[in-house]
Order: sequence, then structure tokens, then C-alpha cells
Amino acid sequence: MSTRLNKGGRLIDRSTAQEFSFNGKRMRGFGGDTLASALLANDQVLVGRSFKYHRPRGIVAAGPEEPNALVNLGRGARFEPNQRVTTTELFAGLEAESQNHWPSLEFDVGVINNTLSRFLPGGFYYKTFMWPRAAWKHLFEPIIRASAGLGKAPKERDADRYEQVYAFCDVLIVGGGIAGLQAALVAGASGARVTVLEQTAHWGGRAPVDGDMIEGTPADAWIAATVAALSAMPNVTMRARCMAAGVYDHGYVLAEEKVADHTPGDGRPKHRLWRYRAGRIITATGAIERPLSFAGNDIPGVMLAASVRDYVVNFAVSPGDRTVVVTNNDDAYRTAIALKEAGLAVPCIVDARTQVTGALPERARALGIRVETGRGIAKVKGGKRVTGVALCVQAGEGAVLEEIACDAVAMSGGWSPVVHLWSHCGGKLTWDRQHAHFRPDAARPPTNQDGAAMVYPVGNANGAMTAAQALADAANGAAAAVAALGFKAEAVAASAAEVVEAAMEPVWIMPQGAGVKLKAKMWLDYQNDVKVSDVQLAAREGYESVEHTKRYTTLGMATDQGKLSNINGLAILADALNEEIPRVGTTTFRPPYAPVTLGALAGESRGDIFQPLRRTPMHGWHEAEQAYFEPVGLWRRPYCYPRAGENHEQAVHREVLNTRNALGLLDASTLGKIIVKGPDAGRFLDMLYTGVMSSLPVGKCRYGLMCNEQGFLSDDGVVARIDEDTWLCHTTSGGADRIHAWMEDWLQCEWWDWQVYTANVTEQLAQVAVVGPNARKVLEKLGGMDVSKEAMPFMTWADGTLGGFPVRVYRISFSGELSYEIAVPASMGAAFWAALHKAGAEFGAMPYGTEALHIMRAEKGFIMIGDETDGTIIPQDLNLGWAISKKKADYLGKRGQERTYLASPDRWKLAGFETLDGSVVPDGSYIVAPGTNANGQGNTQGRVTSTYYSPTLKKGIAMGLVRGGLDRIGDVVEFNTVTGGTVKAKVVDPVFYDKDGEKPNV
Amino acid sequence: MLILECPYCGVKAEETELSPGYEAHLKRFGPGSSDEDFEAYMFARKNPKGVHFERWRHVYGCGKWFLAARDTNTLEVFGTYPAQSSEPPAELQAKIKAKRPDWKGYK
Repeated sequence: MSTRLNKGGRLIDRSTAQEFSFNGKRMRGFGGDTLASALLANDQVLVGRSFKYHRPRGIVAAGPEEPNALVNLGRGARFEPNQRVTTTELFAGLEAESQNHWPSLEFDVGVINNTLSRFLPGGFYYKTFMWPRAAWKHLFEPIIRASAGLGKAPKERDADRYEQVYAFCDVLIVGGGIAGLQAALVAGASGARVTVLEQTAHWGGRAPVDGDMIEGTPADAWIAATVAALSAMPNVTMRARCMAAGVYDHGYVLAEEKVADHTPGDGRPKHRLWRYRAGRIITATGAIERPLSFAGNDIPGVMLAASVRDYVVNFAVSPGDRTVVVTNNDDAYRTAIALKEAGLAVPCIVDARTQVTGALPERARALGIRVETGRGIAKVKGGKRVTGVALCVQAGEGAVLEEIACDAVAMSGGWSPVVHLWSHCGGKLTWDRQHAHFRPDAARPPTNQDGAAMVYPVGNANGAMTAAQALADAANGAAAAVAALGFKAEAVAASAAEVVEAAMEPVWIMPQGAGVKLKAKMWLDYQNDVKVSDVQLAAREGYESVEHTKRYTTLGMATDQGKLSNINGLAILADALNEEIPRVGTTTFRPPYAPVTLGALAGESRGDIFQPLRRTPMHGWHEAEQAYFEPVGLWRRPYCYPRAGENHEQAVHREVLNTRNALGLLDASTLGKIIVKGPDAGRFLDMLYTGVMSSLPVGKCRYGLMCNEQGFLSDDGVVARIDEDTWLCHTTSGGADRIHAWMEDWLQCEWWDWQVYTANVTEQLAQVAVVGPNARKVLEKLGGMDVSKEAMPFMTWADGTLGGFPVRVYRISFSGELSYEIAVPASMGAAFWAALHKAGAEFGAMPYGTEALHIMRAEKGFIMIGDETDGTIIPQDLNLGWAISKKKADYLGKRGQERTYLASPDRWKLAGFETLDGSVVPDGSYIVAPGTNANGQGNTQGRVTSTYYSPTLKKGIAMGLVRGGLDRIGDVVEFNTVTGGTVKAKVVDPVFYDKDGEKPNV
Repeated sequence: MLILECPYCGVKAEETELSPGYEAHLKRFGPGSSDEDFEAYMFARKNPKGVHFERWRHVYGCGKWFLAARDTNTLEVFGTYPAQSSEPPAELQAKIKAKRPDWKGYK
């Protein structure tokens, strides 16, 4: 059984017992434990079920590479799925649940998949997606959905908060092991600003566990002294519990600090996302041990050898009483020695190599441990935990030589440098034959904006595998990194006792000649249940690219991103393809290195500050009137102002009728307002608009269209000539910033010799549309300027005062009624709005919202950018040819509109529609046409673009595009409906109301 | 997350301060131009693995458009210069040629 040893444990504090629970069972651990070490201390070896076959799974590793031991952590508003127990620090009251089991961890129905595994081979998803379609929908998908899936999604709003910080340094060192600390000493001494990040709560990495001696003392002593020295340097920042997740362009690094994971609810942010900009990045990220591929290597109790050592030395936890060590290298002997020295039994070390003569094996032998050379494991015995192993000849096919009873297996297939951060931004790898691993190729680094290397890998992460090599490599790397920034450094490294290790021998399958039956039980990717046999099948089926094989088999696609499985998988693929491993290559390393919480990525951008909101000066009034708001870009505009007992539709209809019959007031402040000024302003506007603006007399207004260079309609609005060299351009509410940027683009980048100045004054002015037959009466009551028909005809503007407010009045109309749009300084907007309501009360003044505005403009057949246009519509499609100058040699979009296909008579053009039964055409409807297209879909000949119930006309009205446009007037067409069937409508003139324009002409 | 120096205000601006404007030094073809010229102006964009000239706007800074020469593969930035330039400055072209002897020029 796995248990707590009664002495030792360099990271735990036995005086602080901590209660926690797993699947409701109460357990005890100590301060300093990880959840993994605490579970093992309580003999909880079985911790989860695998994704596809629901096989029992236990803890394999001791760090972020752990593939199996994922749990649901916490509950309610602090519930988190897929938390790795190996990186979760224990705290009192922690609650964890295993995942992916039903009905219970001990007895799982889904394990039936295990016996059906020959029906779920590699590529299963591809094959069933392809054929037969019905089987996927009715058979496979329901079964897979029921039995698959990792953690549950949280149901409550996250109780915690997260924050983000920008930070800058000359050198960012990732990894606080001995290489990272050594690099920090060298870089710090140079005077550079240095930051060191360590993903765990502890400095020094695994050197103390490995028993390294540095400067003649145990590694722990050197680490403590070095951390103290670094902490005293004012130019060095040390940050623990902070994982660098990704390296991006030009020295940008994202790192996630787990501030309060281990102290939930203490008021601090749970995580902090650091956004570093570093001059140079040093990756001292260490290496990850590789599993060996033997049958049953996923049975709980089979663990990585170095991780077994971590549990014994750091946490005083023994994963088993009797541990068999299986290896292809010397390092794993350290585990056997550590176990033996802790008083535990090591029945046998199974070494695949035939010659084993190094210093560590000799020490193991001297301790009386049996070493079997040239041997492998034929299979692991056991179900929910290991009960023994069967030995075989590594060079053979798996004939069992003997069985050894044990309750744990410590495996080591060698070490892979953690090259993720090096690779994120384009660093290339080279294959190291001696260690059979990929390591950074110093000749092909990721580069910075200055064209020089951006990342300097050091220590194990650079293939320097012993303590002495790692320290020397780190000193050199740090000196080079700071020298590139102009700092002077001396590459002086601490000395470490050299332990000579004999060469490892790559072992990709154990035993070498294993048959199909064994290979179908050799797991590569524990989390996604990918076996040696799956990768070999993929190769046989023609998946030669490692990227294709990855997606076909799902190897390395789980939340651990193949930290344990990828190298073994591609070695198997290379073997199956009869290629060299470096020729097959690796899949792409992408950020994040390990999962980052979405909360940290969102930071404070949630709730009220998810995005900035734009409010008009009258917003408070609208809120007080309980307006129903709708988003328009970042603006919030009243959609309607429902009164007691009214629904939105009734409110909208009342607002329309009141505006048409009495007086409506609209907050039009969101309308874009751009000043264009200068000697060349007229010439510039003539290029921008399809019509002519230079000829507009001072004091007059003109409607204009803007197109992009393809000729498609992009914005519209009324332009007013303010003085000889000044125009004011109104844009759509959503378009102000875009159109202002568009103007600046042309002025700065194309016509930079033109003397034109633009200013977006949208927010400087509040604007109110005073609309309806009583509009003039209320303005006359306020008094201060002449707003008569004679003094202010339609499409003119004037400055003056109204009720004491300085105003600019435009006589323009988007409703078809007598209408004045009145601008006042934004600071007076609320007061002016209130004054209009007060003065207008006797004339029946009511506010109206955007929906009433939309209905009234549709009744008049006015287009709306975004309704009648979608980026593929030219003005001619909307019968707006009258707004296009025929005389101008050029305007933006003119050449685009000359394209022949835009002149095709088959184009759908704007028309009005009235249903025969008076109903409203459904939004999004298409006009059906006879026959079907090449895909068997019904043909279409048009679509609806705006459709409303007109309270004025008491029937449904619509605008839309139809082949033939206005030539089709009188035809009856059919619109499809959501519920099936069609609705018949007559093609009509899109001006439904006041066709002769008499209403505003008073 | 590139860093580009705005040639107007001198700020070494992070990409979040900038908005991209794609390829620089395009020649506009207006009314009367051939279909081929118009197509090239509207749609045909270089997509080199290597030296590329781009338009950027310091939109959350001084608001000015500028041009940048950089290597799309190594992310090396050769230089930035004002948008009011008909061609890249001669010294910038010489610098790029020295670093990338195979470079065929900006056109």
C-alpha cells in the first residue's frame, strides 16, 4: 500500500495536520503536501478513470506533466474541473472529487468500453464522421457523449477575482531550479533588471531530491543561500507559484501566478496574470521524464521513477511497499536507492540495457538490490492497482521468465528537455543521440525585433543533464543573454560534484518484439487513451505526417498536451514508417505550457467593466423613465419607453402614432458628427461621397453615401456646409469611429498633400430630433430664433438660441414628418432635453426609441445601413443612383462600381412588399424561386431586409431585395417562413407613407 | 504582440496600441483603369515569408499612420517611417539589403 513514512519529507510540516476530503471520504495531510502526496499518503492510489475506456488510473507524475490525476476541486462558486492533484497545494478543508466515472470510481459502467476497445481504434472519430452518417447521429454520438468527458462545467458564477499586471525586465528567467538560480546570480550581478519565475512554491527544483552536492554542501544549503543572496539584490525579483505559460513576439511572456489557490477566500485575487515584456528570456525549465511502453503501464501504481523519488524525499510518502524499478538509464537507480534508504523494499531493478556498470548501479548493487540486465517487463499484473510484474528478455517477444510480486512500478525511459517556451515563437530543435531527446538548436533560436536570439535555454532544458553541466551552462547562457543587452557579466558557475552516468539506451517498446496483444495494452497517451497499436494503425492507414497522426489518433491532444506521450508516440511512428526520429519531427508546441484559468485571461474584464459603455448626456433621464435599452455599438440607446401595463410592442406602436400625430422626441446624440475643415475639404468630400459636397451652399444640408473602394455601400448621412471651408458630416451611430478612421487613412496615406483637418465631435454634442406636426410649435414656444418654413426651409440649418440654449438646428427628417434635429453642447444635453419635454407637454410630447425610429423610416422607404446593406450592396441596388454624381471623374468606389457583374440585370434590387393577408413577413425570409440548385436546395430570387408591422398603416410592410427590383411592382412573390410553408406578398413601391412628401413640407 | 516604434511620437508601441493596415506602397487604380490593374490594387497581396512592408496606425496613441518594414518569419523589424513616403527611405533599403542579400526590393 502507499503510505506516509514516519520520518523525512523535506517539504512537509508534520506539526500542521490538514483535513481534506476525496469523493466525500475524510483524509489527513500535512502543510506542504500537494493533493497528490496527501492522496498517496492515504493509500488513495486509484484517482480517476480514463477518457475513452474508463480504465482505472492512478497518479503517474509529481508535476504539471501529470496526465491522469485530474479532479473536480471545490464546490459551488469555487468549483473547478480538471485540476491536477500534482500541482494543487493542500489546504485545510479542500474538497476533491474524481472525474469521468459513473456511477462510482470503484465500480464504473463505462469500463465496458475497455472490452469493446477493438471497436474504438485510432481514427475512430474520423471513420464514424465519414460513414455512415446515421450511425453517428443515432448510435455513436449518444453513447460517446454519455460515457466520455472530463470534468463538469462550473454552474455558478466564479466567487473569486483575478487581476492582470504589466511588467518589464531586461532578463526574464523561467524556472527556479539550480540552473535558473545560477543564471539569476550571473545576470543579477551584471546590473540588469532580472525577474525569476518558479511554477511551484519552492525554489531549487529537483536537485535536492537527486542528492546533488553544490559547492561542497548538499544542494538545499546552496539553494537557501542563493535565494537569500538574490532576494537581497534590488535589481532581482523572485516570483514563486508563477508559471510562464507562453512566449510570444518580441519578448512578450504570459505568466500565471497562483496567488490564493492554497488560501481560498482570503480576499486576495485567486490568480494574477503577468504580462511581461523582457529584453531576453532565459528558459531554465528543466526536463520531464518519459514513461516506458510496456503492457499494463497504465495500471495504478505504475509511476515515473523520479516522481516516486519526489514523493519519498519531499513528502515522506511511499507509493508502495515493494517497488520494482524498470529503466533504460542510470538516473532511475537514484529512485531505487532512495526507496531502499527509506527502508522500503526494491525486489528488482529491471534494466533494458545489457551492460550496466555505472556508479549509481554499483551503489544499488552494494545496497543489495537485485539488478536484472537486458530484461524488460512483459506485462504488469493487477486491475485497480499493481500486484506484480512479469519479466522477459528485452530483445525478445515477451515470453515470461518470472513473475515478481510488487505494489508499485517506477519506470524511466529517459528525459526530455522542456522545450515548449523555446519553441513557442519559432525556436528549432535538434535530435540529441546521446540522450535520445530533442533539445534546443542554439543555431536556430527564436528571434527578437533586433534580429538576434530572444530565448536562451539553460540547464536540463538545454540538454545539460547533470548538475555540474547545468550550472556551467546556466552561467554561460545568462552571461550571453545580458551581454546581448549591453551588460557585462562573468560566467562564473558554482561547482557541483560530478556523478558519472553511463549512456542510456532508447527503448520505445518493451519488449522490443512485442506482439499485437501486448501492444494493445501499451499506453502512450494516458489521458486520451492512445496506445502503441493505435499509432501503428495510423501509420498503416497512411498517416505519415506527425501532425496528421496526432489528430487522427488524438495523441497528445488532451489537457496535458502530450508532455509524457509525444516523444514515445513519434518514436513509434518513426519506427512504423522506417524513418529516423528527427525526420519525423515533433508536433507544434503552442501556448499555454500548462492550462491557464479562463478567469485569469479575462482578469477584471467582467460584469460592469467587461467593456466600456457609451452613454449619452440624457442617459440618466432614460433610466429614470425605465427605458428598455438596446446596444448600438458600445452605446446603449432606448429601444422604447414602455408605460405601466404596456409591452414593448405596444409601447413602440404608441410612440410611432404619437410622433406622427403630435410630437415625438428622440435622443439622437449617438449620431456620428465629424468636422471636416480646410482649403481642400470640399475636394476631399467629393472623393469620399458618391455625390458632390463641394457645391453645397453654406447653410444647406445634403444627403450623402459613402462606399468602399469595391463600390459597396459603407455609410450614409446628412452633410451640412458650415462655412466656406468647413463641413459637418453626420454618420450612422455605429459608424462614427470607423468613418473618422477611414477619412484619416486617405488623408494621411494617399492625399497627404491636401490641406484638410478632421475632428470627430460626436461626444461634444448632444442632439435631439423634435419630430411631428407640433414640432414647430414647441420650438416657437421655447423661442429665440425663427424656425418658420420661410426662414428655415427643408434641408437647411441655422445657429441660434432656443429657450436660452445655444443651438444648431438642422431641418432634416428621417421619419417623414416635420422635423428639426437640434444640437447643443453635450453638457447642456440633459437640461435641453428636459426643457423640450416641459415645453412640449401641452403639444403631446413623448420620447420615442430606436424601434419607432426604424418603423417610421421603413414606412418612408428610407434605407438603414446594416439592414438594407451587408457589404455586398452597391447604391444602385437600392435605387440610390440619384445620389451618385455622373459628372465626377473619381470618387472612392467609382472604379469598383464599373465592374461588369455589378451592372448585371440579375442583381437583386430594392423594392417594397405587402403581404396579401396583411401579416408581417418573418425576419430573414427568402423569396423562393422555382426549381432547385446543384445542392438540391430550393432556388431563391430575393430576401427581406426590413420588416415591420406599421401602426400607421395597420398592416405588415417590408423592404427587400428581389431580382428585377421595381420592375416587378405588381408581381406576387412568396417568402418562406420559419415554420415551413410560404407567405404571399405583392411587390410595391417601398415608400409606404406620404409618397409625395407633403408632411414635412409645412 | 509586436513592438513597433511610432516614427511620429517616438513611442515603442505594443501591438495592442496599434491597428494593422496590411500591405504598404500600393498604387491606387481609379476609374478607367484596366481590370488587371484594379484587381492587383484591390485583391492581389504579397504574402512573403521574409521582408514585408506594412501599414500600421498608432490608433491608441497619436493616431498617425506609419509604415513598417519587418521580416514576417523572424519578426525582425528593420525600421518604421512616416506614411507620407512614396517609397521606403534609401538607408532603410540599404540596411535590409545588407541583412537580406537575396531581397528583391519592395515593389
